[in-house]
Parts: sequence; structure tokens; C-alpha cells
Amino acid sequence: MLLYAFQRFGLSVVIVMVAVSILTLMLHVVPGDPAVMILGPRATPELIEQTRVAMGLDRPLPVQIVTFFGNILRGDLGQDVFTGRSVSRIVFEQLPYTLILISVSILWAATLGIALGCYSALRRNTWLDTLTGVISVGTISIPAFVMALYSVLVFAVWLRWLPAIGAGEGFWDGIRHLILPSFAIGISWVGYVARIVRASMLEVMGQPHVRMARAYGLPDELITRSHILKIAVQPAVTLIGTGVAHLFSAAVFVEAIFARPGIGALIVQAVNERNYPIVLGAVLVTTGIIVLATLVSDLVIAWLDPRQREEL
Amino acid sequence: MASPAATRPAPQDEPLVSIDGLSVDFATPRGTIHALRNIDLEVPRGKVLGLVGESGCGKSTLAYSLIGLLSENARIAGGAIRMDGHDLARLGPRAWRDLRGQRISMIFQDPMTALNPVTTIGRQMMDIQYRDPGTRAQKRARAIEFLEQVQLPDAASKLDVYPHQLSGGMRQRVCIAMALLTRPDLLIADEPTTALDATLEMQIVTLLRELQEKFGCSVLFVSHHLGTVAELCDEVAVMYAGEVVERGAVAEVFNAPRHPYTQALFDCDPARIRVATRHLPTIPGTLPDLRQPPRGCAFRARCGKAFARCEVEHPPLYPAAPGQDARCHLVDPAEDAS
Ligand SMILES: Nc1ncnc2c1ncn2[C@@H]1O[C@H](COP(=O)(O)OP(=O)(O)OP(=O)(O)O)[C@@H](O)[C@H]1O
Ligand SMILES: [Mg+2]
Repeated sequence: MLLYAFQRFGLSVVIVMVAVSILTLMLHVVPGDPAVMILGPRATPELIEQTRVAMGLDRPLPVQIVTFFGNILRGDLGQDVFTGRSVSRIVFEQLPYTLILISVSILWAATLGIALGCYSALRRNTWLDTLTGVISVGTISIPAFVMALYSVLVFAVWLRWLPAIGAGEGFWDGIRHLILPSFAIGISWVGYVARIVRASMLEVMGQPHVRMARAYGLPDELITRSHILKIAVQPAVTLIGTGVAHLFSAAVFVEAIFARPGIGALIVQAVNERNYPIVLGAVLVTTGIIVLATLVSDLVIAWLDPRQREEL
Repeated sequence: MASPAATRPAPQDEPLVSIDGLSVDFATPRGTIHALRNIDLEVPRGKVLGLVGESGCGKSTLAYSLIGLLSENARIAGGAIRMDGHDLARLGPRAWRDLRGQRISMIFQDPMTALNPVTTIGRQMMDIQYRDPGTRAQKRARAIEFLEQVQLPDAASKLDVYPHQLSGGMRQRVCIAMALLTRPDLLIADEPTTALDATLEMQIVTLLRELQEKFGCSVLFVSHHLGTVAELCDEVAVMYAGEVVERGAVAEVFNAPRHPYTQALFDCDPARIRVATRHLPTIPGTLPDLRQPPRGCAFRARCGKAFARCEVEHPPLYPAAPGQDARCHLVDPAEDAS
């Protein structure tokens, strides 16, 4: 298991490095010279050239990438071109808001989804199974930002039950501010997770080892937990692990709609301003977290299922 | 009414289980399959009953109905399964759960898939002792004891491994250990050696025989390998198209099979063929459609000895010899007389 974890970790580092290289390349393809953006349209060519040199943009691309890696290793993501503040500080100020938002969203959604999926599989063709099925399919197809707009409209504007703007002050207020955005992000995941758990539960329930467990008169609760769910939950874990990228992109919209601070809002603003170091830093950190999430989901699966440990 | 899980002392010559007229149907989109029809059979106390017949004749269906694990689309259409005065055919889910893993346990065909792949052997062997009041250490010790009974080398260390780390033969030994650990009165083994190679098959059969004698339980042994049945069983029932067509002591039935189907089965057994041939003989024809079982004898269409009566009259089980019955009009004493 430990060796497996190390292998997986090494692979993750490689993935992050490749992702960063591609990202740097892509930023250069996008039209608009960062130096021109910073200095404005009336800057002299000399000044532009000076800024380009200061930002290292005059050097060949591979050199830029290598320098950038070197800096990352030292924890240095560069400076904000407008304020001169450290990019890593700016990014890590905003990161907790987004992390809390997406963890809360996925946590409630996955818990509810697994419970519903499990129930639907065990009580197939009951009215709750049918209802879950219909609602799942319905919510899966609604994008998070549509959900966000409607939930603002209904709960904040019409009913005035919950706040629609900002992240709140203090613990309880913070939680009140989390409800609508995490609902908007999580709701489609409930359906996803419920569907996938139901399908894989049904598959596992037909396997011979479940019949064997029944042949020993084991209690239903034990059979469901350790013979069925432990295997059936694995596709859902993978889905959530790889879905963290989607969660981040949903957060970009939802943070904009609810005017919440966070990585999403930061990236949107930085892209508009062509604030090159901040975009790069924020995307780097996000990529790291996405890769980390995949790693964690792989490790969770390896922990649940010994057959997965020896692969690779 | 006492729980069927409680043992009632019974005379030794009374059978452990007696199946009276059991019929089982499967509902399928293409019609109802009458997989078992009017099965009359007794599982003797402390002995091994073999169940043979070609694929699809209903051996597994019969085995599963004795442990209440028929699939969801199955329905017991009639008959009774009596065990200590209780009718298992009418048992509710709770009562079944009390019986399973206490008085009845089962060994499955494929040891590769029968064990829970995500739990250690030890954990599974301790889980099935969940009714026992003992401590964890006691249950663990008992698990090791039974792994030693099935001659698994280095038994204690096997508790911490997962099924996929063991070979097929070892896994089947683990399954046998688990089945015996619960000290059942009835052990059902549905083709426990079919998935194993020939050497392993012999080892497992010998092991089963030894352990059955040691623990004195009754065994229902399903197989389509006649050699293993001869080796292991005391009595045998031959099934064809959802019916028992011949039953009796192994020595009797194997020496003098009376039903043409049993005879054909022996003629096709590779182990019994003395003359070298290039082709394995097979019984010509196929099983009748179990959605509409034929009116007369079910084997009629494939039987070389069929005559007019077989067409119209369904043969009952005629006594053929002491302790041997066959479902064939040729065995009818009246037929001899005429
Ligand atoms: N769940 C089911 N639904 C529908 N038909 C079934 C089901 N299970 C078994 N059958 C049918 O019932 C008949 C008896 O099947 P069974 O599995 O008992 O045969 P078997 O003697 O065990 O065969 P094998 O040697 O291949 O294991 C077959 O015709 C089979 O197609
Ligand atoms: Mg079978």
C-alpha cells in the first residue's frame, strides 16, 4: 500500500509539471501582450521592452518554463504586476473560500447521493426509487450557474430567507452564506452519485459472494456495508475525484453570481486584466489541488479494495 | 411454534430432510419455466447424497431451494421441504436467516468469486460466527482451527490475506472450512470442484469425505462428474429435465442403472469407456423445453427404448430394486407381466 501511494504520488508530480508547461504555452498563444496590458496603450516601446525584460518575457519559452519551475520549488509564484504583492499570498488568501465552498458542496451531495443510490438499489421499483430516478436525471442536466441564478431568485429575492451576496462574517453567518452556493453546486452531483451508486450496487448485489454471505445468514446491514457498498461505492469515489475540476469551474460561475471571494473570482478578474502572474499562480494551485484530489480518490479506492493496490 | 433453528432429537433412521412433491417455477419474459417438477427425495442423516444430471436439469435450483436462496424470479409452485417437522418451503426471511449458517450451509461452484474480494479471510471467518458469544480471540482461534482441518498450510498467516492472494484450490479449502465451522446439519455443495483441475478435484473430494465422516453432517453433493459421485456419495439421485428419474444407493445405481437416461449417462462417461474411440459419445437430442414439459415421459424423445406407453403416460417412480427407484415404464412390474 505504501509503495503504491509513493508511485501514485510520483505520477501526480509529473502530471502537475506537464500541466504547468502547457499552461505557460497557452498563455502565450492568447492575444494581448501582458506588458502592454499593464502599461496601457500609451506606453512607449522602450518602456514596454523594459517591462518585458523585467517580467522575463523576452527570454525563450523553454527558459521561461524552467525558471518558473525553479521559482515554484522555492514557493515563489512571482508578483502581482499592479500591486507588487506576492502572488502566492494573494492566491492562498482566496483559496480557503473556494475550498470550503466546494468541499461543503460535494460533501452534502455525495452523502445524500450515496444514501439515495443505496436505498434505491435495495428498494428497487418502489416510489422513492422512481422519484429519485426522475429527480436525478432532471438535476444532472441543469448547470450550476442556472441553479445558482434560480436559487438566488427564489430564496434570496422572493422568500428573503437566505443572503445572496458575499461570504459572511463569523462562523454562523458564514454558514448561512454557504447554503445557497453549495446547493447550486452540489445539487446535480446528488443525481450523478445516486445513479452511479444504484447501478453499481445492483451489479454487486448479483455477485456470488453476496449470495454466499446470505448463505451464512449474515445480517442485512453487514452484507450491505461490507459485501456490497464497499465495492459499489468505488465508481462514485472515482467520479468525485475526477469531478473536482468540474467543481472548480462551477465555483468560477457561482462565486461570480453570489459575489463571493475565492479562486474563481480571482481568476476571472486576473484574466480580464491580463494579470499574467496571478492567472498562472492561481491556475497552478488549482491544478495541484485537482491532481491531489485524483490522487486521494485513487488512494481511497486502494484502501477500500485490496485488488487495486497491486496495479501500476 | 419452536424456531426451526432449534434442533430436535430425531431417530437416526429418519431422513434429515424430506422433499415431497417440490415444484419450482421461474418467471421469465418468454414464459414460465417449470424448472423443478414434483421432486420426491430424501437427504439421509449423516450421509452424502449425490445429485447428477446434465447441465440445465435443475440441480442448482434444487440445491438453492434447500437453503432458501432461489433467485427473485423463482416461485415454489408446490410441495414441501420437511426438516425436523418444519416446512422450509413456507419459511419467511427471518426464519431462513436463522437456519442459514447454523443448521444449513453451502459451498459454491466457483471459489474465485464466492469469497468477498475486499475483506480478509480472517474477517470473513469471524463474521460468520457473529451469533456466537465468544471473544474475538476465541473466534480467531476457531477460524485457525478450521483452516487447519482443511489442511491449509500455515493456517494462522492465512487469516490476514485477501482471497485474490490465494490459489483456486486454497480458496475452495477456505470455503469448506467456513461451511464446516458453522457445524451444519446439512452441507450443500453445488459443483464444488468443477472450477478446479483434476488433481485438485480429487484432493478436495477426499478432504470432503474425511471431514464429513469426522463431523457427521449430511451432504448434498451436486456434480456432473460421475467419478466423484462414486467416490464421495452414499446415495445418488439422477435428474433429468427437472425431475428425479432414478434414485438409490450409489453401489446399486452405478452397478445396475435402470433408467435409460442413467444408462446413457454412464455410456457417455469418459472414465468408463473401455474401447478407444476418436469421438466422445453423447446422448443425442436436447433437453425438452421446460416451459411446456412433455406430457408423457420427459426423456422419451431421446430414448432408444421408448414405446407407445411413454408417449401418453407420465411414468411415476417405480421401485426397481430394494432402495432403488426409476421413473421408467420398463421398470413397471405390470409391463413385465404383459
Ligand atoms: N434465475 C433463473 N431464471 C430463469 N430460469 C432459470 C433461472 N435459474 C435457472 N433457470 C433455468 O432452470 C433450469 C435449471 O437450471 P439449473 O441452474 O438448476 O440447472 P443445473 O442442473 O444446475 O445446470 P448446470 O449443470 O449448468 O449448473 C434451466 O433450464 C435454467 O435455464
Ligand atoms: Mg448448476
